[in-house]
Amino acid sequence: MRKSCLALMVLGLLGPATAIAQSTDDDAARAERWHELQQAIFGDRTIGDGTGIITLDAPQRALDAALVPITITTAADRNVTGVALVIDDNPGPLAARVRFGPVGDPGFLALRVRVNQYTLMHAVAETSDGQLHETAKFVKAAGGCSAPVGENEAASLAEIGRMKLRLQGEAVAGAPVEAQLMIRHPNFNGMQMDQLTRLYTPMRFVQVVDISFDGAEVLHLEGDISLSTDPVIGFRFLPGALPGKLKVMVRDSDNATYEASFDVPASGS
Amino acid sequence: MSSRPVPHPLQLHRRRVLFGGLCLCCLPTRLRAGSPAGFATEEIAPGIHVRRGVDAEAAVENAGGIANVGFIVGGDAVLVTDPGGSLADGENLRAAIRRVTDLPIRYVVMSHVHPDHIFGAGAFRQDNPAFIGHARLPQALAQRGAYYRERLEAVLGPGRAGPVVMPTLLVETATELDLGDRAIRMTAHGPAHTDNDLSLFDRRSGTLFPADLLFVGRVPSLDGSLRGWLQELVALEALPATQAVPGHGPARVDWPAGSADLKRYLHTLVEETRAAIRANIGITAATETIASGERDRWALFDDYNGRNVTRAYKELEWE
Repeated sequence: MRKSCLALMVLGLLGPATAIAQSTDDDAARAERWHELQQAIFGDRTIGDGTGIITLDAPQRALDAALVPITITTAADRNVTGVALVIDDNPGPLAARVRFGPVGDPGFLALRVRVNQYTLMHAVAETSDGQLHETAKFVKAAGGCSAPVGENEAASLAEIGRMKLRLQGEAVAGAPVEAQLMIRHPNFNGMQMDQLTRLYTPMRFVQVVDISFDGAEVLHLEGDISLSTDPVIGFRFLPGALPGKLKVMVRDSDNATYEASFDVPASGS
Repeated sequence: MSSRPVPHPLQLHRRRVLFGGLCLCCLPTRLRAGSPAGFATEEIAPGIHVRRGVDAEAAVENAGGIANVGFIVGGDAVLVTDPGGSLADGENLRAAIRRVTDLPIRYVVMSHVHPDHIFGAGAFRQDNPAFIGHARLPQALAQRGAYYRERLEAVLGPGRAGPVVMPTLLVETATELDLGDRAIRMTAHGPAHTDNDLSLFDRRSGTLFPADLLFVGRVPSLDGSLRGWLQELVALEALPATQAVPGHGPARVDWPAGSADLKRYLHTLVEETRAAIRANIGITAATETIASGERDRWALFDDYNGRNVTRAYKELEWE
């Protein structure tokens, strides 16, 4: 497992800069790891303290390392345009990067991720002035990346591309609506070995999710192997008028695309 | 460049790790000097001997002996029903067999991938037995074995977990083998407790060995399929068995009556998880409330229930 983690990193998911010691068990090593990740992901841009701008909620100790629910919230008055979630010690550390569109609400984003070992997680917000702001949480979980392909993945593969949308409460025009998008996809991370062929199940993961409402962008998400099997995205959008249609386009690393359209009814209809 | 200090110092020596349905808790180092508790088996039917595992997490003081393991003596061979939770646990089991019989140990059944059942397998290599497992066990062991071993050594001490032993005889659906006038039926199950559960049935005594398809007293851990587990229990109830050896709990219970608590817990998980999904209650909030009415009925409830709910939720939300 360790070997494959390292191999994945060296293979260039983030470039050679991340081919460092994969076991970072003390504060200094963790700080160094985050420093290298910053360089790899954000280049030389300065990242400031995100206190008051961005919050990351994650369980201190995960119940299931293959499905760790996290929530990122940002302050409404800070003009956040996008967020990134980095799981420092995962083989694919950049779990997701999200850009919010004109009818997206940057205030709320929920994801489910895999966690491979005890790690720091960083959430980074970008504001409209081009500045970056970070916050971090330490999460105790292990083994989520190499969780075996089981019943769940078989069902995911059989129904790949199927989507569900759940709305929290009734939608009212002009007010933020909370929604949960569920995508059937095994999100194979390339770390699961087929015992018969001695080959790793090839990586195949959700790379892009585009969500729009009546033609206006809600969000654009770039995913990676750290998202859980059957990715679930919680988000908010701002419908100008109702009823309307929420459209979703998913593209995975095999360039397969899946589309879905969901009617969002007006309140009371 | 950010140079903020990194929060939350790690306390590696006191880590508590959840994996594969088993939570291993590190102990204070003073316990490392301790020796395993006494190893006692009980003859629950003629020729069937069972060691009751303790309802605790693997620790130095129990040498990983937390699952029910045992052996069946036939006319000309011995079958081990699970080799134990560590190399020492397996060695203790082997010594217990030798106190009962000198017949060759021809078969070592590895009921599923979880370490508390199979890490004693290394103690039986000297007997050159067939190591028997579900057809999906090799894959599960390839994916988790090394990791389980590493975590178990963190608890028991270096070199004390035991080797990862691969099965040499795989069961795809069902098969029967003979211990000499004693036919043992082996059934490979669909995803249930794990995706590689193997059960045994000794026709002569009417004894079923469901392994971890049956938990009694210790809270079940879900690592396969919730609906699948309930289905497999229905199939097991149809067998002409009168008693069963749970994977955890008493050395024997009446069958099928002994599955009542497990079925109630699993049905509660199904019903309350479905209700939470319908009510748009998120997965995090769900783990805090679902099945809480079961809390006082099970040992180690809080160590496993939240994880079971997480598993149940992700299985049922696609219905």
